Amino acid sequence: MTEFLQHLVNGLSVGTIYALIALGYTMVYGVLKLINFAHGDVYMVGAFSGFYLANAMGVGGSPSLAKALVVFVGSMIICGILGVLIERFAYRPLRHRARLTSLITAIGVSFLLEYGFQLPSIPGLGIPFPPGPTPRFFPEPFTRVAWEPFGVYVSNYDVISFFTAVGLMLLLQYIVYRTRFGTSMRAVSFDSQVAGLMGINVNRVIAGTFALGSALAAAAALLFAGSRPKVDPLMGLTLGIKAFVAAVFGGIGNVPGAMVGGLALGLAEEYVSGYALSSYRDGIAFAFLIIVLLVRPAGLFGSFRPEKV
Amino acid sequence: MRPVRIVLRSALPFLVALPLLFALQGVISPGWAIVLISAGINVILAVSLNVVNGFTGQFSIGHAGFAAVGAYTAAKITTAMHGLQIVGLSAGVSDQVVFLLALLAGMVTAALAGVLVGMPSLRLRGDYLAIVTLGFNEIIRVIIENTPFLGQATGISGLPRLTTVVWVGMGAVATISMARRLVGSTHGRALLAIREDEVAAEAMGVDTTGYKVRAFVIASAFAGLAGGLLVHLIQLCTPRSFTFVKSIEVVVMVVLGGMGSVTGSVVAALVLSFALEGLREVQQYRMVVYSLLLIVLMLTRPSGIFGTREIWDIVKLPGGRRKAAGAETSP
Repeated sequence: MTEFLQHLVNGLSVGTIYALIALGYTMVYGVLKLINFAHGDVYMVGAFSGFYLANAMGVGGSPSLAKALVVFVGSMIICGILGVLIERFAYRPLRHRARLTSLITAIGVSFLLEYGFQLPSIPGLGIPFPPGPTPRFFPEPFTRVAWEPFGVYVSNYDVISFFTAVGLMLLLQYIVYRTRFGTSMRAVSFDSQVAGLMGINVNRVIAGTFALGSALAAAAALLFAGSRPKVDPLMGLTLGIKAFVAAVFGGIGNVPGAMVGGLALGLAEEYVSGYALSSYRDGIAFAFLIIVLLVRPAGLFGSFRPEKV
Repeated sequence: MRPVRIVLRSALPFLVALPLLFALQGVISPGWAIVLISAGINVILAVSLNVVNGFTGQFSIGHAGFAAVGAYTAAKITTAMHGLQIVGLSAGVSDQVVFLLALLAGMVTAALAGVLVGMPSLRLRGDYLAIVTLGFNEIIRVIIENTPFLGQATGISGLPRLTTVVWVGMGAVATISMARRLVGSTHGRALLAIREDEVAAEAMGVDTTGYKVRAFVIASAFAGLAGGLLVHLIQLCTPRSFTFVKSIEVVVMVVLGGMGSVTGSVVAALVLSFALEGLREVQQYRMVVYSLLLIVLMLTRPSGIFGTREIWDIVKLPGGRRKAAGAETSP
């Protein structure tokens, strides 16, 4: 029983992170019908911008809530800008081309970030940027407190990350369904051409969607890096793909679906690797994906629209 | 007369290439041989992937996974049978026969893997297929890393060095003539129809899933061949040789050469292989250059350098088609 609960806690803690990243995939897919392959790497950049900000402010020496907040919000802003730039220079010129073209560009952007960050640092810059391939340790923004109710290990990081993630998801839900921007976003997602005719600035909405999704990825990165304090340029690769799997599971383009998908994937991974096949952990997500696509190609909440000639 | 002509047409590229390759192997220095062999392996990978990505218009990014299946099969067979003398043959010849069998077995298992992945996933379109093939690539890696029989993460070492210029050259000739013959056949026409408009092709009575699976299986088999050749060059078979990055390298070759152009793939594979050889000192910039190349290429020439055209459609060589085809088959 204790073991079961422990897996539940771990699964929820990872699952909410997956869900946050999956939201970025889902939103971009909703408006552009593009798998933003670079999303996992935006997440990685989020972790590193947090790392640099935290070091610049000396979080490691004297952690405080205010500093943690600045790091958190600062990284979200940096990643939001990065997302807008990627959209502007890599995806927008190709928007009316074949979708495959944008997909290849997305892979290109992803590799550019991954391998660009692995280059040796530029001398004379003051900070070690690019960080190079060796993993770096993320300074702890809080002192770690752990509780053990019923023998289940729960740290304050798990609690903070869970509630922050849920809060961000609720905020996003509010933005998408209750604000003017959210309405435009849904309109663009439904039919961008007609939305444009109705006076919606489609370019701005798409840029805004990228900013929002990328900021969520940065938030996820910081929640993750806070508790597992290691950041490296390739950290976004697997996690990004897993989050994509979560988004597909929930029905890509569907906001609540991404949340459910993220949680389901986190829990599934935790239980399968905990009870049966621990070393197959990274394969579980893909097996999960393939099964989902075979049984319900449109995902759990997605509806399948037949293609017209 | 007709059957003779057909046989000749299939066999001619090999008959022409074989003496040339032996001559080449005789004069080339060992260092250059390695460069040529790895370039040849890339040609096999790129041209075979082009059958799926270029001809059929399906986006597969897990090609290295199939290469891994073929490589491990071949490696297992040659390590088990190396030094085993087949009755009536000398040791050297016996090894070559074993190698041939191992490569063929690798092609078969890779083709089987292609059926296994292709049958269900080719019902999906575009982006989803890309992700499933990528997922398959990762699943293969995870399985290998967890199977003691396959040497886990350390892999199988101590393979005999059997890959030569002749072997790779013949493999490349086989792949290229397969692609050329395929695209001109009824099957090839169906594949091109699927690429141009899948819904319309289906409406015209083309069994789209069936043809896509067949193309996928053929491409997987040749990827398996390339894998088998690769591990017998580096004498080591590890999951590290067949990662997602390797798949992307092949995708870059196909995209750079032009999706749907066989000669484009060959040229791109050769150019990139030699360029990488030159960039060996600045290895860490290699992938950065690769990714920038991919982005810039997509922004400026979305259909690759040659598009769907072959090289002789652009550069009019004196003597026309036939000469150009001959030039293409001697890497």
